[in-house]
Amino acid sequence: MHFAFSEDQTLLRDTVRDVLSKECTPEVVRRVWTGDNAERAPVWGTLAENGFVGMAASEDAGGMGMSEVDLALVLEEAGYAGLTGPIVETALAGLPLLETLGAGGPHASWIERVAGGEASLALCFEGQLLALHAPLADLLLVARGDALYAVPRADAGLAPQVAVDRATSVATLAYEPQAAHLVAQGPAAQAAIQLAYERAALGNACVLVGLARRMLDMAVAYAKDREQFGKPIGTQQAVQHHLANAAGRIAFAQPVVYRAAWALANRDRGGDETRTEAELAVSTAKIYAEEAGRVAARIALQVHGAIGYTIECDLHFFMKRVWTIAPFYGTSAAHRARIGAHIL
Amino acid sequence: MNLDFTEQENAFRAECRSWLEANVPKHSLPSGDTREGYALHLEWERKLFDAGWSCVSWPKQYGGREASLYEWLIFEEEYYRVQAPSRVTQNGIFLLAPTIFEFGTEAQKERILRPMARGDLSIAQAWSEPNAGSDLASLKSTAKRTEGGWLLTGQKTWSTRGAFSDMAYGLFRTDPSKSRHKGLTYFLFPLTGEGVTVRGVDRLDGDEGFAELFLEDLFVPDENIIGEVDKGWEVAMATTSSERGLSLRSPGRFMATAARLVDLFRRYRETCDPALRDQVVDAWMGAQAYRWYTFKSVTDMLNGKPIGAESSLNKVFWSEMDVRTHETALAILEQGACLDEGSAAADDEGAWIKGFQFALAGPIYAGTNEIQRNIAAQRVLGLPRG
Ligand SMILES: Cc1cc2nc3c(=O)[nH]c(=O)nc-3n(C[C@H](O)[C@H](O)[C@H](O)COP(=O)(O)OP(=O)(O)OC[C@H]3O[C@@H](n4cnc5c(N)ncnc54)[C@H](O)[C@@H]3O)c2cc1C
Repeated sequence: MHFAFSEDQTLLRDTVRDVLSKECTPEVVRRVWTGDNAERAPVWGTLAENGFVGMAASEDAGGMGMSEVDLALVLEEAGYAGLTGPIVETALAGLPLLETLGAGGPHASWIERVAGGEASLALCFEGQLLALHAPLADLLLVARGDALYAVPRADAGLAPQVAVDRATSVATLAYEPQAAHLVAQGPAAQAAIQLAYERAALGNACVLVGLARRMLDMAVAYAKDREQFGKPIGTQQAVQHHLANAAGRIAFAQPVVYRAAWALANRDRGGDETRTEAELAVSTAKIYAEEAGRVAARIALQVHGAIGYTIECDLHFFMKRVWTIAPFYGTSAAHRARIGAHIL
Repeated sequence: MNLDFTEQENAFRAECRSWLEANVPKHSLPSGDTREGYALHLEWERKLFDAGWSCVSWPKQYGGREASLYEWLIFEEEYYRVQAPSRVTQNGIFLLAPTIFEFGTEAQKERILRPMARGDLSIAQAWSEPNAGSDLASLKSTAKRTEGGWLLTGQKTWSTRGAFSDMAYGLFRTDPSKSRHKGLTYFLFPLTGEGVTVRGVDRLDGDEGFAELFLEDLFVPDENIIGEVDKGWEVAMATTSSERGLSLRSPGRFMATAARLVDLFRRYRETCDPALRDQVVDAWMGAQAYRWYTFKSVTDMLNGKPIGAESSLNKVFWSEMDVRTHETALAILEQGACLDEGSAAADDEGAWIKGFQFALAGPIYAGTNEIQRNIAAQRVLGLPRG
């Protein structure tokens, strides 16, 4: 047993944190919020140049063959910065899926383009009515039964919608499977699709933890600064306890999410047993991270008072991001049901 | 990161599992918070000690087996899995011992550790006073210098199993010119003999688990001081962080409770409210989360990053989880939830209502959860003091 990230992993996190703190400032997020679609992924180029987008692809495909554990901290930082665009869908879930099922096939040319940051991916699993980031993505990976389709955006029947987080695009899609889009079909395809779903849920959990941390940091800073009754509001016990509660959610969500990343990265070491263990770990991670995000949002807003209830205050970017992405890749109810079906 | 156990850790688990399965009493012992039950629990402690399982992480010279902290957590998981008797000596072996290891003299280690681990010397915790609970530094008990030692005077209260223990540890003011955290000294003192009166107090669940201790010029030799004279607060704080952090409530305990809840739900699923299913899942996840949080804390500790003030968040988590888990069990039992131990129709001999009552104490003892939230806000988040 050894539960810590390696030096390389924390170094990578620090590098990404550094890049994002310079390039993905709240001003940049604000521009995306108010701007048009073309501006929706402003830091993407820098991330791609540094190889962050293609990290999980194999070295042959231009990636670094990195695992869920390597990506966990990177995605947490993406959440913390409020990075816009389909980073989870592209880097962690979609690209390895495309590479597993599409290498050598008619859609293979996409792999290097995605790994190099020229194209991005959105995901649409069975039963999903809305696809997150689809209006921005170049290629949609659409799962139907045991088949995976690679659908260029223009062919997906997208009807862009307006998410409460204006910096995140979503669309409904009306897609009838076409043979030309088929990437793979059968049990192997189904297993790969299932794995992509686990990765998307895990990635979402990482981002949610990052968002929660950001909102807590903002609220703590505000509580130290804002004075009422002649002293900082952060001296008041009611305010302190709110913030301690948010800190507690985050402190317990983090190890759960990291453990899920490890369990998923090492899912095959013990056959079905460890694969099931990984699924339960991912479900727990998604539930804990979503709760941390939602609780941190509620508490940060309460601590900010009315200024938090405006769109002038940066807080709303992070709150609305939570509300927008949290229902994707398995709602908490669905993940609870999955755990329940297994343990009860 | 490697979240699998090593071969050695797995072998350790197998070894404790087989010993426990062969040796744990077939019928559960009467509560260790009663006089009769306490004596039976001490017999069990001796058996544990003689087989080397009482304090697995301690040095061999004091009766341990120098197990790693991970192995200690594994032992705990196995211990609770077979529902072995509760550790009536825990306030000594888990909370006093770390202080003795850190601050005790060699002679104190020799004199205290082994007998304590064998259940031959039981030592209770005596922090609280009638007017010093959360505000422990306001305590009033004093120690006056005398030939070869000190005379202790004052009143301590809520001392768990103090009515059945041989000794207790607590803070006394040795320098009357100082106030609050200064001028206090950490003493070990006897609970029998001249100068001390012990009165058992029945707890919420009916057991005589508490004691009030009345001291009047109780003589204590110098060799019973842990750490330096007038430096007792620093010494005591070392114990409270073990109490909130790792050692008092290891994950194995909550994993076992969650497993019992899962079993209960399976038995009552046809009759109970289906909405309770999600609460059972939450209880299961809570135990898992606590387990992984703890393994991560141990790795951090071994890497030189002690848990520190974050132990306050830890204490809030396990205590609130334990209450919710028991509330869920009572909801599953419906009317049967009211049946106490001794009632023929009670499920599991009334263990859930009994456990529920004790769970309610979790947010109070080891520093109330309000105090823990204060600590987390001020020392983890750096918010200003009021
Ligand atoms: C089952 C059990 C076992 C125990 N075992 C032992 C033992 O072995 N040895 C021992 O010494 N003690 C023991 N205790 C006592 C325990 O340590 C105290 O109960 C605890 O420290 C709280 O003190 P109090 O009960 O005097 O409550 P008080 O300090 O009077 O607090 C009452 C209420 O006021 C709140 N409060 C107080 N101050 C603040 C503040 N600054 N901010 C916010 N809220 C505040 C508290 O949180 C609590 O809700 C035990 C208690 C229990 C329930």
